[in-house]
Amino acid sequence: MKKLYILLLIGLLVLLLLPKFVSSYVLGVFVLIFFYAYLGQSWNILTGYTGMISLGHSLYVGIGAYTTYLLTLALGLSPWIGMWVGGLAAGLIGLVIGFFGFRFGVKGVYFVLLTIAFAEIGRLIFLHLKIFGSFQGLFITPNFSFVNFQFKENVPYYYIALGYVIFSLIVVRLIERSKIGRYMVALREDEDAAESLGVDVFKYKMIAIFISAAMTSLAGTFYMNYLYYLHPGTMMSIAFSIEIILRPIIGGMGTVLGPVIGSFLITPLAELSRSYFAKAGYEGLHLIIYGFLLVAVVLFFPKGVIVYIKKGLGPGFIFRVRH
Amino acid sequence: MNLNLTLQLALSGFLLGGVYSLIALGLSLIFGVMKVINFAHGEMMVWGMYVAYTILVWTGIDPFFSFLVSAAILFLLGYLLQRIVVNRILDFPEAMQVLPLVGMAMVFENSARIIWGPDYISPQSRFSLSSISMGSLTVDTPRLLAFSLAIVITLIVLLFLKKTDTGKAIRAAADNRTGALLVGTNVDKVYAVCFGIGTACVGAAGGLLVPIMPLSPHIGAPFTMISFIIVILGGMGSLAGAMVGGFIIGVAESVGPELITILFHGIGLDLDFPNTMKQVVSFFILIVILLWRPQGLFGGRKG
Repeated sequence: MKKLYILLLIGLLVLLLLPKFVSSYVLGVFVLIFFYAYLGQSWNILTGYTGMISLGHSLYVGIGAYTTYLLTLALGLSPWIGMWVGGLAAGLIGLVIGFFGFRFGVKGVYFVLLTIAFAEIGRLIFLHLKIFGSFQGLFITPNFSFVNFQFKENVPYYYIALGYVIFSLIVVRLIERSKIGRYMVALREDEDAAESLGVDVFKYKMIAIFISAAMTSLAGTFYMNYLYYLHPGTMMSIAFSIEIILRPIIGGMGTVLGPVIGSFLITPLAELSRSYFAKAGYEGLHLIIYGFLLVAVVLFFPKGVIVYIKKGLGPGFIFRVRH
Repeated sequence: MNLNLTLQLALSGFLLGGVYSLIALGLSLIFGVMKVINFAHGEMMVWGMYVAYTILVWTGIDPFFSFLVSAAILFLLGYLLQRIVVNRILDFPEAMQVLPLVGMAMVFENSARIIWGPDYISPQSRFSLSSISMGSLTVDTPRLLAFSLAIVITLIVLLFLKKTDTGKAIRAAADNRTGALLVGTNVDKVYAVCFGIGTACVGAAGGLLVPIMPLSPHIGAPFTMISFIIVILGGMGSLAGAMVGGFIIGVAESVGPELITILFHGIGLDLDFPNTMKQVVSFFILIVILLWRPQGLFGGRKG
């Protein structure tokens, strides 16, 4: 366990110094690695730890981005403050979905459909709001300053995204070690057994979806201020939800490091293949590869890559949960 | 309220609902037998559309004949998909079964995009623009034809399940997998055939839709969703439910936006419910049915 912390610390040091040595393009790839690792981690809190699969997490990204945008537009509020309001809004929407899903006992594949339904309704509503540019989408004119969360170079984004990942790692590790986390895992493994032992299943699922939704929406603020373009058709689509879940599934759901490992494996591959195939005139080919990856991972490594890494590194490198 | 317009919309929604029924029948059949939800259903339908379209462009044969080829090719694809992927995930937890099929959906969608290009195509076939008048209502001939053929195919599939040996084996395997194994049914093969029939239904439906709506590689996902909603509305695994659900959703999507706009104006809201938001109506129905009657209108058991 100590060994693992030392390893992580070394990794962190390397990452902190990295901008000194690499080009802006490489930094951009790292920003995406962190961005998707953070999103995967947020999704992991709900799906990895309670087992309720959500395929509608893009909804929260959209809510986060648009809330922050509205607050900046109407009140001149800095995104640094607006993002927390967006987080609260997304968390509350998450609670509404969770209330319907968990109170009415919507489980398994039905819960997946419920989350898709809410996300699609959200997407279609945002797509028709004139204030967000309707079908054209919303172009944001950047006004570079720290307060505005908008920067000319990749370096600040790199550190902010890294901060997001570290924040999410700490949150998830704290949850995992706490009672809440134990209860979540218990109800994931056997809901009836957990309930019969007195675990308030409904309450802990609600906590999980609130934290998960709120954290996901924080990434929306980053997305907006990094790309300067918002369109519900991309940011709130099912395809984006799949992007979110792909990395934690490949890395290992229900583990602290799984989403990060998954993102380090997949994101560079995705970026390289995306630009390579687009140049070669095969746009969409990388998505075919994604699709096959998703099939192969579930068939051959249903517990994610992290299992093999753990085996390779030996017992000193495992986050232990004391029983 | 414009009664004539509403009736016209209801009629065209009803006719489309016949094709929806056929799509949902395929999904429901697969679910009823294997307890697996085919998340690639709509994307496979798009493949069916493109097959019929390609035949139309190459040979000029109308999609109302070539839908049979679509069905045959999709049967083969479904059979292989079941053999290679689905058969291995049958015993996985329900939620983990979702992901490989979502993956396959991405494969189908994007391979269609690479093969046939990303743009919308509206092929002109023989009946494209003709219509029949019935009193104050007009019916598009292609829509009427698609509806009639979809109903005929649905009935043939139901008869097949009822009367033939293969059909009986499929129903036996659905009822009791172990029991069917014990009496010597080759369950793996029966499952693969059943999956193939399910995707053949959606392939045929795709062919029938070619003269009615423009095709693009990305229209699959909404159809996957619509077929889920229909199947859940009718009751998972209930074939009759899939048919009735198809008509309900077809009419609701067609009339819904108009009625909701009237409702908005009625309560003094100056708000239109645009036709591009018609899916919201179906999603709303899905949420209500999941919460209020998750076994569906015709379903006996849940899940």
